[in-house]
Amino acid sequence: MPNKKKIIATTSLAGCFGCHMSFLDIDERILDLIELVEFNKSPINDIKKFTKHCDIGIIEGGCCNDENVHVLKEFRKNCDILISLGECAIMGGLPALRNGIPLSECLEEAYLNGPTVKDANPRKIIPNDPDIPKILNKVYPCHEIVKIDYFLPGCPPRADLIWNALYALVVGNEMLIPYEVLKYD
Amino acid sequence: MGNTINAIIKKYNGDETRLMDILLDVQTELGFINDWTVEQISKSLDIPQVEILQTLSFYHFFHREPRGKYTIYLNDSVVSNFYGKEEIKKVFEEELGIKTGQVTPDGLIGLFETACIGMSDQEPAALINEHPFPSLTPDKVKNIVKLMKEKKSIEDIKGNKYGEGNNSHYLMRSLVNNNIREKGAVIFSDYTPGEAVKKIVKELSSTDVIEELKKSYLRGRGGAGFPTGLKWEIARKAKGDIKYIFCNADEGEPGTFKDRVILTELPKLVFEGMIIAGYAVGAKYGILYLRNEYRYMKNYLEHVLQEMREEGLLGSFINGKKGFDFDIRIQCGAGAYVCGEESALIESAEGKRGEPRDRPPFPVESGYLNKPTVVNNVETFCTAVKIILNGAEWYNKMGTKESKGTKVLSISGDCERPGIYELEWGFSVNDILKKAGAKTQDVLAVQVGGPSGNCISEKEFNRILAYEDLSTGGSLIIISKKRDLIKDVVLNFQHFFKEESCGSCVPCRTLTVIYEKIIKKIVDGKGTKSDIDNLLSWAAFMKNNRCGLGQTAANPTISTIKNFRQLYEEKVKGNIELFNPDFDENSAIKDYMEVVNKK
Ligand SMILES: Cc1cc2nc3c(=O)[nH]c(=O)nc-3n(C[C@H](O)[C@H](O)[C@H](O)COP(=O)(O)O)c2cc1C
Ligand code: SF4
Ligand code: SF4
Repeated sequence: MPNKKKIIATTSLAGCFGCHMSFLDIDERILDLIELVEFNKSPINDIKKFTKHCDIGIIEGGCCNDENVHVLKEFRKNCDILISLGECAIMGGLPALRNGIPLSECLEEAYLNGPTVKDANPRKIIPNDPDIPKILNKVYPCHEIVKIDYFLPGCPPRADLIWNALYALVVGNEMLIPYEVLKYD
Repeated sequence: MGNTINAIIKKYNGDETRLMDILLDVQTELGFINDWTVEQISKSLDIPQVEILQTLSFYHFFHREPRGKYTIYLNDSVVSNFYGKEEIKKVFEEELGIKTGQVTPDGLIGLFETACIGMSDQEPAALINEHPFPSLTPDKVKNIVKLMKEKKSIEDIKGNKYGEGNNSHYLMRSLVNNNIREKGAVIFSDYTPGEAVKKIVKELSSTDVIEELKKSYLRGRGGAGFPTGLKWEIARKAKGDIKYIFCNADEGEPGTFKDRVILTELPKLVFEGMIIAGYAVGAKYGILYLRNEYRYMKNYLEHVLQEMREEGLLGSFINGKKGFDFDIRIQCGAGAYVCGEESALIESAEGKRGEPRDRPPFPVESGYLNKPTVVNNVETFCTAVKIILNGAEWYNKMGTKESKGTKVLSISGDCERPGIYELEWGFSVNDILKKAGAKTQDVLAVQVGGPSGNCISEKEFNRILAYEDLSTGGSLIIISKKRDLIKDVVLNFQHFFKEESCGSCVPCRTLTVIYEKIIKKIVDGKGTKSDIDNLLSWAAFMKNNRCGLGQTAANPTISTIKNFRQLYEEKVKGNIELFNPDFDENSAIKDYMEVVNKK
């Protein structure tokens, strides 16, 4: 048993929070987990800024805008190990369905031509306030922007898979991957 | 137009398994195949439109929009690029005022690129309306464009400087040269058509033929090296009233062109081999699957078949023997490397997409139209004829322990004498470099067996060409030290595999894209050390692909990392691992900035 608690940070970029929900599905094992680790920046405890260097960073979601990129890079700077958690982080996931369509078409459909906005946006504005994040030309999987050390697949990955992976990383054991936790049908 | 289509379909008896021929003929007549045409064909053949669209969309020489009265396909192979393809492309683009991939506004001329067209000994080359134009120079290109603009006929544009030998036959009139540099004792030795057929009719039963081949240890020349006698025996024993003999003349492996030369100079030897196979296996039908890039030979080859019919070598009662019936037809492809894989070849000849089948059953049990089918390479058939004529013992005196006889090599790249060399098995790479006029000290690498083969360095130039050492389907591309191996060779090959994957298997269709992308990243100086490690480790997944294309598609990268790791490390040197050097935030938000700044 390591004598110093490992420090973990998590974030959701272009994801749906489903991966975080699945994380919480480890149920009562969360009590074991907090014996082993300490959480830093994470939506779980609502810490908004890194306050110390972390051992493990868990990323849900890929990058669809420049803010995602900045957060991801900050994670890379502040964490020794980065994990892409779930389909969106690993491959872009559902948001990446737009990757085959030019961005201008996506924005026009979303803000100007779509049936629910057609009459609601008389001044034909595509949001452009400098304070809002800038949309990237396509949705990027995390490893195309920073180095990712581990990938946990699934949409969302099963709680058992997340638990096994974290436990192995924290304790320093080899990870258990029984067939059931990587089976998707 | 409807009449034209109906006439073509009638020519093939409304047989939907001849869809390839129907589409090829329709495209030749109408210039392209649009939705209306698809509808007409679908009605006439009484099959759903999607079946036609499936086939149509698979092959890169079929197209649904006009590609010009003159359609130029510039060869994008590695060797073509060595010999100045980019400059030729520039001259074409400037003279035509269009970019590659476009058609001139008047619809007259279209300019496109294509994968290796089998002319690596005379690059840069292009196909114009299916006629090869080898050894292009900027001046030749200017003249060609001028004549096209004057709407001259393709014969006028070609001029009359035809290649040697049968290239200048009146039914071919091709500018291609054979470049036969060395003739060996098997393929390019003296030959009188019909003698082998005469001999088997007189002296050998079908099992005798197979026994003789087995004794000769002849192995297939298409790359995989399967024992030919055994293949024929299995097909002979396979249950089936009808059996087929296929000659694989798809020759799509970049850098290979030996079958082109054999078919030009020795078509009767090839066809006689097929007849003998028919006799041995009990097949009455043969099909020569000819890649579209060699369609310029079709009329000439049809003529040769007709001659053989008149000589009593094809048709019924061959050589007067009752029950010895055999005839051959030519099936043209429409541009797809994977169709060289035997089960894809069969699918294609049945009018379908050229997607490899799951095996077993193997074609020898269930092939063309689900009948037992032998598929052999052009050179294999030729060798079989010579073995029948001279005996297995004669044949076994040549070569090495496990590789008997000779091999026809296609040699190209950075050397003085590219061309065809028929050599006994057992030559070292060094011997061949010497013969081809390449100075060992100038040679960086030799690509043995095309992109799916092995890229070797100086350290291995003493290795021997033989099944037991360096096995090869016969192509050697010599790469000199002045080349940037990763950019000029590996990237081109990875692009080739990406384009040619049929898309059935997940690792093949996804990793071929990723391999090209990462190699491009490394070439652009944005790779990292872990990219190199990843490229190596992903190769394991490629072994799970269904056919040889996917199973070997990472070889260009893997063999060069193994043999030239230094070159990769130089390109990634100094790049930090943690932040991907290939991601540039400013260019990633460029599209957005353009949209919001529009007004
Ligand atoms: C992607 C791919 C392409 C191939 N292309 C050719 C080809 O162009 N010519 C050929 O003879 N064999 C080619 N082959 C090998 C054939 O599948 C088959 O093994 C061969 O035609 C059998 O003939 P052989 O026994 O005389 O060599 C190819 C195989 C693969 C997987
Ligand atoms: S992987 Fe699935 S669960 Fe996780 S963020 Fe993406 S969509 Fe949501
Ligand atoms: S390996 Fe590639 S080319 Fe071969 S069947 Fe699979 S997807 Fe098609």
